[in-house]
Amino acid sequence: MSDLRVNLAGLELRNPIVSASGTFGFGREYAAFYPLSRLGAVSAKGLTLLPRSGNMPPRIAETPSGMLNSVGLQNPGVEGFLREELPWLKEQGTKVIVNLSAGTVEEFGQMAEMLSVDGVDLLEVNISCPNVKCEGLAFGTRPETAQAATEAVKTHTHLPVMVKLSPNVTDITEIARAAEAGGADALSLINTLLGMRIDLNTRRPILKNNTGGLSGPAVLPVAVRCIHQVHQAVKLPILGMGGVMTGADAAELMMAGASAVAVGTAILTDPLAPVRILDELDRFCDDRGISEVRSLTGTLEVW
Amino acid sequence: MERIANATVTALKAGPVYTILELCQPEMASDACPGQFLHIKCEGFSLRRPISIAGVTGDRLTLVFETKGGGTIWLSQRRPGDILDVLGPLGNGFPAESGPCLLVGGGVGVPPMRFCAQRFSGCDAVLAFRSSDRALLTEDMDALCGEAMVMTDDGSLGTKGFAAQGVAAMLAKKAYSAVFACGPKIMLKTTVEACRKAGVPCWVSLEERMGCGLGACLTCATPIRSEDGTTLMQEVCKDGPVFRGEEVIWDV
Repeated sequence: MSDLRVNLAGLELRNPIVSASGTFGFGREYAAFYPLSRLGAVSAKGLTLLPRSGNMPPRIAETPSGMLNSVGLQNPGVEGFLREELPWLKEQGTKVIVNLSAGTVEEFGQMAEMLSVDGVDLLEVNISCPNVKCEGLAFGTRPETAQAATEAVKTHTHLPVMVKLSPNVTDITEIARAAEAGGADALSLINTLLGMRIDLNTRRPILKNNTGGLSGPAVLPVAVRCIHQVHQAVKLPILGMGGVMTGADAAELMMAGASAVAVGTAILTDPLAPVRILDELDRFCDDRGISEVRSLTGTLEVW
Repeated sequence: MERIANATVTALKAGPVYTILELCQPEMASDACPGQFLHIKCEGFSLRRPISIAGVTGDRLTLVFETKGGGTIWLSQRRPGDILDVLGPLGNGFPAESGPCLLVGGGVGVPPMRFCAQRFSGCDAVLAFRSSDRALLTEDMDALCGEAMVMTDDGSLGTKGFAAQGVAAMLAKKAYSAVFACGPKIMLKTTVEACRKAGVPCWVSLEERMGCGLGACLTCATPIRSEDGTTLMQEVCKDGPVFRGEEVIWDV
């Protein structure tokens, strides 16, 4: 067994496997299958200041080697989370990452302040949700707004701040540098890729929102490329994500530059995916005589 | 309690439209209630397939599904002895009523009604199909129910007409504690309306494109009217699939 501990923006994680925001609720559903303390951290379902009911169904469509979703940030709002979910979540013996989306810079600041409480270990600033109009993604597609959102959160919290990046941009390193300039302590990438599927009988999009975010194994190579580019461009630690289904996939994202790895879509098929992937990553290291999993990070040598 | 486990295929019969699959999984067989479903992993597909439970006999669960897309075609090609990765039983089922219930099944909505008929005594049924070639489980329902009225849209089997007409006729003849329904949305909507007119409580089982099956991913949300009149998004997988008919908002 190798040393699985990793460090993400000063946060010591028991191991590098994190549940990706949006696929794990607030953890309750999965605590029935394994203790959440098996995970390095839980990234909770994305929050907005006020409760939000999300998009109309259908919200999910299968794709070759993946899926589209258009949930649209359905969540109980910051106060609902602090009242109903955090008291339970902070007792689970794992690090808690809280993911937040806002419509304005001021709202990002306000949410950061409200969420900087005991039990929250890290704030993940979502500037990359593709499923809500005029919010989230708008911040993540321009360097100036990405920097402004990061600054707003940073100046309203004592917690480490991680900015979640969208791959739906011309140059992801430009946004990464802007987040770094705004004071980000870490970056998480990639969010989903914008996609669409059509019902051939009705000639209508399968998703009621028309478009949705593509995830699953289909996006793994995009994640590897983005993580590599961002790792080259900035000094910040990276929480890598995008189509991780196996321990080998997690090792690949780490070699590309990730310090820790989030598992998302795999959980929808297999509730046990995060712990299985952790075991596989451990074995991957053992088989190669790697004594510390963190030594994998950024070891890629390009041609 | 839901669990994730291997289930062994003990029998499989693939017809032109539907497949009947029998699985051996003792814990799930013992826990399952009418209206619940199993979430089955299909090799090569990202998402599990939610399939309602059509009945339980000892340690065996019977599933009946329409062989429609890639995942269900793969499932229909399994052989006895094959092992499936199954999550379940999931969701909230139909409530246990003190008096007789009327079961309303439309097409591939009939299988969960068979499980109801197996568990709840003294039920009658209305079974509606597009045409005779899509009829399903009519003999089983005839054996399990007092009266099982068969209807088709085109009159090729049983009475010509739609389910709600049969429901209205049955409700006029006899007093039922509740109506349980599963089938296409339009059938559920008209059945709820017929029940409202007759003053009989109605419970419907909804279908929605689904992800995790556990209530975490929020992809199968459907708008539900709460008691104070506001609209709430509820998860078909966890809060449902069975809802009170009058709380469902049909025109999304």
